[in-house]
Amino acid sequence: MPVPILKQGQILIASIQAALTDHDLIQLKDELADQVGRFRSRGVIIDVTALDVLDSFATRTLRGIAATAQLRGAQTVVVGIQPDVAIAIVQLGLTLQGVATALDLEEGLQLLRRPPNRNRTS
Amino acid sequence: MRDELRVPVSRDADIVTARQLGRELAAKAGFAGSDLTLIATAISEVARNIISYAEAGEIRLGLASKDGYPGLFVVAQDHGPGIPDIDLAMQDGFSTGKSLGLGLPGARRLMDEFEIVSVPGKGTTITMHKWRR
Repeated sequence: MPVPILKQGQILIASIQAALTDHDLIQLKDELADQVGRFRSRGVIIDVTALDVLDSFATRTLRGIAATAQLRGAQTVVVGIQPDVAIAIVQLGLTLQGVATALDLEEGLQLLRRPPNRNRTS
Repeated sequence: MRDELRVPVSRDADIVTARQLGRELAAKAGFAGSDLTLIATAISEVARNIISYAEAGEIRLGLASKDGYPGLFVVAQDHGPGIPDIDLAMQDGFSTGKSLGLGLPGARRLMDEFEIVSVPGKGTTITMHKWRR
């Protein structure tokens, strides 16, 4: 199932609604890389609140999305990682190093709307 | 003969099906909270291993018990090329090129028991258990 991508000003919001296959994730990466250029977006939010599993492939793809968007001039924030999912990612031995995260959509938007010189990178 | 669910695995959508059925079964077995997520994530890793290296195989899921503790078993079986050096494959970061090589060692850390039997040219069987405490 493709992920709907909403455009809000200079920010793209990918709002994941249901479990994603590997194919869906790769499609999301391609779609975001394209739209960042098309809409001259400065920020990308990926809302993973609905995901009950982020395995090694999904984690790696999120890192890939963030790195790709960064090369296209946009900062990515992953929001809504559930507590059990965070525990599983750590136990798998993975991290989202280099990717900004926030508790929820609202915090993610706040993070992106800060003046650029005050943006913290994780 | 124990009851078991069999999930054929040959496409990436089957990975999602296997881990969702595993989560449901684990909930029925009385697992709760983060255990459900750990089990589902481990199933996702071994199912993806089938697709990445053997193209097709099967996940079997069922209830188990040991020393009076209830639990769950997961068997991932394929008839692919097999793993020539299991010790090497179980090292973090080892991969023959299709992944970061964190799937199998990661799955082992998520479960209580993890066993691999692999015969080059014949296939690989991974058996995992999680016990309720």
